[in-house]
Amino acid sequence: MQEFFDWFRWLYDSTGINLTIFYDGFDRSRFVNGFFTTLKLAFSCVVLSVVIGVIGAWLQGSRLNFTRKIVYWYIQFFRNTPPLVQLYFFYFGVGHLITGPGGVPLVTNIQWAIFALSLYAGAFNVEIFRSGIEAVPTATIEAAESLGFSRLRAYALIVLPLAFRISLPALNNNLVNLVKTTSISYAIAVPEMLYVSNQIWSDSVNVPEMMNVLLICYVSLVGILVWLMHKWENAMRVPGMGHA
Amino acid sequence: MRKLYEMSSDLPVLNLAALNRPGTPAGAARFEPSLVHALLLVTCFAASIGIAQAQAASGHPSVLTTLLKWAPLILKGFVFNIAISFLAMAIGTFFGMFLGLAQISLLRPVRKGAWFATHFFRNAPWLVLLFYCMFLLPFKFTLFGTTVPFPDWMKATLGLSLPVMANVSEIVRGAIQSIPTGQWESASSLAFTRRQTLWMIILPQGVKRMLPPWMNVYCILAVGTVLASVVGVQEVMTLTGDALSSENRPELLMPFYSFVLLLFFAYCYPIARWTVAMEKKYAVKI
Repeated sequence: MQEFFDWFRWLYDSTGINLTIFYDGFDRSRFVNGFFTTLKLAFSCVVLSVVIGVIGAWLQGSRLNFTRKIVYWYIQFFRNTPPLVQLYFFYFGVGHLITGPGGVPLVTNIQWAIFALSLYAGAFNVEIFRSGIEAVPTATIEAAESLGFSRLRAYALIVLPLAFRISLPALNNNLVNLVKTTSISYAIAVPEMLYVSNQIWSDSVNVPEMMNVLLICYVSLVGILVWLMHKWENAMRVPGMGHA
Repeated sequence: MRKLYEMSSDLPVLNLAALNRPGTPAGAARFEPSLVHALLLVTCFAASIGIAQAQAASGHPSVLTTLLKWAPLILKGFVFNIAISFLAMAIGTFFGMFLGLAQISLLRPVRKGAWFATHFFRNAPWLVLLFYCMFLLPFKFTLFGTTVPFPDWMKATLGLSLPVMANVSEIVRGAIQSIPTGQWESASSLAFTRRQTLWMIILPQGVKRMLPPWMNVYCILAVGTVLASVVGVQEVMTLTGDALSSENRPELLMPFYSFVLLLFFAYCYPIARWTVAMEKKYAVKI
């Protein structure tokens, strides 16, 4: 492994391509930590936004007029405003109000990032789940009823599994977008991949190298995610339900 | 008289699940937004000013006066954002169109190359592309002996147009491939060449299908322009930040950011509604 690292030092000495994240232990640990922070951020947001999506879709399907209105405006507001301003609003605006004794903020920047990004992606997920539920053919539900399924059992055993499969392509698309959007938490100094890369290129003055490393890291991270999701989509496809 | 769907029986088959399903027109009427609800949002904004006012130390001008004082500057920044979004959309659409057509080229290398470029720029985060353009493009370049300056905002616009290009490319490809094969076949039976078929038969039909997703991309771009503030372009967020730091009153943070949120909402929401209406109009009826 040391030889591998030394090769990059040799590369720097002979060509001037300065990849400190390989041969410099400090930069390496910073970058690896940044990479895992991005993963942590992405994973938390994905889980939380899916939960928000499911709850929102359920509220939107409710018979109560006011819950539908609330969900509608939640969706519209978060879809049509910049996620970066939302993040600033929560971190600086609301975060300023929620302080403990001595003016210490109670919610850290990474927690605010998870919260704001989940709300943002959740707004899209609600629509995705709702349209998935609506796309289940009425005939299928009627068939279930005729086989003696109660409403709840038909919902849980027939509608939801089908709706999930129908909404999977759109959901994957949105989740991939969410992973990309995590990079905006750079703006509130969450030490994720973009932020640590910025620190590294400021310290080591290797902007072009770090830029390319960063771009390749993100593109391959998202590429792997897209590929996995695509495989999953194909595996979950319902024969006869059309394909995306 | 009781309506059909209000009847209930112990036999599930008689309960007419379809009519009872929430969310469907029979179960619950879909909610239609109105002006009253838009006013509700403005009320929320007013409430944020109220909260800020309650926190304000005495001896300062009120939150609303301060906001009004800075509003022209913030609005100027917002107009700049819109200008950037128009320009980036134009550049992105122009190149995305060609990239999309290249994706259905008969030449394998062209097709593969276009596919790779599209997916590369689609998979890269917007902010990272923006940083890339910001740091790696020169601030001026020499063309035929004359030095042309290349300001920050131009670089940011170029950086924003890259993901737009990739998204437009996918839209164009998707729209072309969604036109039934029969159209191609009947065109070739009428002795149209491939180019003629594409320009005279396929694309005119595809434009209708491209328009709603294209407007969606525009909305995403319009809200994405604030990312340019992170790399230092003097747009709405940067100016808001400047205003806030010169006032140096933490209670102003929330109303100022709400004001920016409201500006974007007022701009993007009508476009989103229009897109939905257009989607319905052009939807393929099965």
